Amino acid sequence: MTTGTGDGLVWLDTPAFPEAARTALADTQLRGNLRRATGTIRDKRLAVTGELADWEQLRAAGAALKRRTLRHLDCYLVELEESVTRAGGTVHWAADADQANRIVTELVRAAGADEVVKVKSMATQEIGLNEALAEAGIAAYETDLAELIVQLGGDRPSHILVPAIHRNRGEIQGIFRREMAAWGRPAPEGLTDEPRALAEAARLHLREKFLRARVAVSGANFAIAGTGTVGVVESEGNGRMCLTLPQTLITVMGIEKVLPAWSDLEVFLQLLPRSSTGERMNPYTSTWTGRTPGDGPQDFHLVLLDNGRTATLADTVGRQALACIRCSACLNVCPVYERTGGHAYGSVYPGPIGAVLTPQLAGVDKAPSLPFASTLCGACYDACPVKINIPEVLAHLRAEVVESKRRSHRAPTPEALVMRAAAAALATPRRLSAAQRSARLGSHLLARKGRIGRLPGPLRAWSDSRDSPQPPAETFHAWWRRTHPGETRSGESR
Amino acid sequence: MRVALFITCFNDTLYPETGKAVVRLLERLGHTVEFPADQTCCGQMHFNTGYRPEATPLARRFAEVFAGYDAVVSPSASCTGMVRDSHELLTGSRPPQVYELSEFLVDVLGVTDVGAYFPHRVTYHPTCHSLRMLRVGDRPLRLLRAVKGIDLVELPAADSCCGFGGTFALKNAGTSAAMLADKADCVLRTGAEVLSAADNSCLMHIGGGLSRIRSGVRTLHLAEILAATEGDAR
Amino acid sequence: MNARDTVLGRIRAALADVPADEAPQDVPVARDYLADHAGADPTGLFADRVADYRAEVVRTAPADAKQAVAEALRRRGVRSLVVPPGFPEEFLPDDGPWQRLGDDPQLTVAELDAADGVLTTAAVGIAVTGTIVLDTGPGQGRRALTLLPDYHLCVVREEQIVGDVPEALAALDPARPLTFVSGPSATSDIELDRVEGVHGPRTLVVVLVGAEPVV
Repeated sequence: MTTGTGDGLVWLDTPAFPEAARTALADTQLRGNLRRATGTIRDKRLAVTGELADWEQLRAAGAALKRRTLRHLDCYLVELEESVTRAGGTVHWAADADQANRIVTELVRAAGADEVVKVKSMATQEIGLNEALAEAGIAAYETDLAELIVQLGGDRPSHILVPAIHRNRGEIQGIFRREMAAWGRPAPEGLTDEPRALAEAARLHLREKFLRARVAVSGANFAIAGTGTVGVVESEGNGRMCLTLPQTLITVMGIEKVLPAWSDLEVFLQLLPRSSTGERMNPYTSTWTGRTPGDGPQDFHLVLLDNGRTATLADTVGRQALACIRCSACLNVCPVYERTGGHAYGSVYPGPIGAVLTPQLAGVDKAPSLPFASTLCGACYDACPVKINIPEVLAHLRAEVVESKRRSHRAPTPEALVMRAAAAALATPRRLSAAQRSARLGSHLLARKGRIGRLPGPLRAWSDSRDSPQPPAETFHAWWRRTHPGETRSGESR
Repeated sequence: MRVALFITCFNDTLYPETGKAVVRLLERLGHTVEFPADQTCCGQMHFNTGYRPEATPLARRFAEVFAGYDAVVSPSASCTGMVRDSHELLTGSRPPQVYELSEFLVDVLGVTDVGAYFPHRVTYHPTCHSLRMLRVGDRPLRLLRAVKGIDLVELPAADSCCGFGGTFALKNAGTSAAMLADKADCVLRTGAEVLSAADNSCLMHIGGGLSRIRSGVRTLHLAEILAATEGDAR
Repeated sequence: MNARDTVLGRIRAALADVPADEAPQDVPVARDYLADHAGADPTGLFADRVADYRAEVVRTAPADAKQAVAEALRRRGVRSLVVPPGFPEEFLPDDGPWQRLGDDPQLTVAELDAADGVLTTAAVGIAVTGTIVLDTGPGQGRRALTLLPDYHLCVVREEQIVGDVPEALAALDPARPLTFVSGPSATSDIELDRVEGVHGPRTLVVVLVGAEPVV
């Protein structure tokens, strides 16, 4: 394991999902933290989405607007560039993480700063910006409470909205007491584990950083092509601090976050808070257009980031994942995420959306276990405010993983051999019947009182926690043939 | 109306009693059921594991075998969903009209009281594919509520996945087992003697867990409860 | 090739399946969602929804507004109060035990940080979400004024309240910096449980000026 807080989009030192999940599943503290947190947010989300009789229409409109945007992304980005420039901002384009990091580093240097305050941003996490800035001698301070907990703890984020969801109050208290002094103002004497006290400690710790900051780095929840308006949706006010007090603001935004018109926000400002924190509206949403003389940063830069998004866009099934508004509702309802937490996904994007986004942004070869980290139960699709059909994309990516293995391995994998044999056995009723006969014979050796207990070989994974039924003596086909002799049209010839 | 039964390869091999129950039930309601003997499998396991070239001939075969029927009825929500949602992608043409059993009874035949008798304490697990793929809603519960003698109790956290997920149970055995443990716990909290569902695959998984801990709860497909009558000595 | 051309070129290649003659407006977007969820009494709903975030709501008739503001400030014990340029005289208490800080010339960050509170108006109130929107117009000031003091008293006139988000957006000018405020600053970052009060003002008081509510 490396000890860094992140190595870009995919943490290549993380084992494949099943092994990583095993560690998480054995951590009873983590299981308890996740169960409690996801349970709380699920109920809140259902309560506030239930208040809107037209929730389904809003979801459909959100999905359609994203579809419109993605199908004409080039036009909207060019329009956005024009309107931001007209309003006094500067637009930069970055084809990949390295380019984006270089642009931001140079801008910070040009502002004469050796530190930046940051608003929580998935895009900058994805490109490993903090690490790149550190290499250039620039300190990046995360100011979102959960990001602060992760940064102080030398940890990795495990949730899109609440990166420290895997930590409970007691652990956070410990991290603050131990680590705050090394980063600035120490934790108050006698800090308790009361959430209110912990929030107060973060307020005091970060205050001096906000007040002296000359450069801020943010992400963006949206940018309006028509007006050049950029927006950040947040809760704590750390976003407002970063967007208002420094002289220079650098916003790194994935190219898919553009929206056509100002009025389109009426859909997303209804969908996002309700899906995300389960509130009718989040405490603070800030929008700004270029620069405003006498108010806020006088130097505004917008970095438009590709970093795998155009490759995702090229996949006509997979591109719907680019509609994601990072609400994290899919994580909160996912039964797999609830048990394993986010670290098992080995990516800054965990959970169901991560399982479809990570392999597409990084390439399926980099994350081949992720599309299989789902039961395809469909809870994510139901919860998604922009109707991303995550199970459909998962199944699609599974086929890509299998095809990629077919291409790269000279000999078929053991799984491919089993699948091929199964396909052959299922090709005709006669072959199926032969296979069923062998299975029944085999099971006679293993069964006791009609149940089969622990099994050897690859089926051990199944039989470790479940008994299996013994196949009955007569299949349905055989019973039908026996009881309906006149009607049986045999499949012998096929 | 020509009605064909799609038994599914899984039920054919492991749960033939479910198929017999569907036949008994539909005949009791006055319908003749045909069983096209050339049927094998819908290809779901291959499709969901990423083996599309292997799934395609199975989907084609399905379309040939079930062509010409007014309705195909199946005691598997999961396989019904596979046909409905994914066969067209594989074959390029619309698949035959397949109904999951509760859909067929409530929507096509228009019955909720099928004249069943089942004097046991039962809880019902709405499987993910019945709930979120087919959106059968409360159809199975409406059918169960009309069963004479039944003591139907609500399953806590019913809409949570049981952790089966086909090959997921093998590929991610640890996570699957953790989900299974929570589901089994919910079943035990109901005090039910019988756990029912619209998919034997999920029931095999949950039932396997309940059996391993010697819980004494048995699993029974919805069709078998609906087929039971006062004459049965279940 | 520069990065701009690279990215735009990749996008165009990725969208090869989109017909060349398809215009953005050809992709249908059904707007059949409701324009408003507010119902018959938007003002009452606004008051309830603001209070739901654990902000304090004071309803008052226009004639008593000045008094209501003064009482709220006294209750809080405000001793230094930021009052942005253009704040209406009709709502401004004539005197009180506080020092008034204008923002002309601009207060420093340190001065703002040391101020006990800020008194502003708002551009729009949204009933369904209990949101006040600040657009830096007269009586609101630049954004930092409502951010650094720990206490924010906002006067909203009944006629400024709209039912829902769509109407609010239509009434606002995106060219101005906008801040949508829904309750005091808060976080759900610890165990996904909401706690009021982090970096923004930890106390939000909304004085709602209009006809007295029917009790």
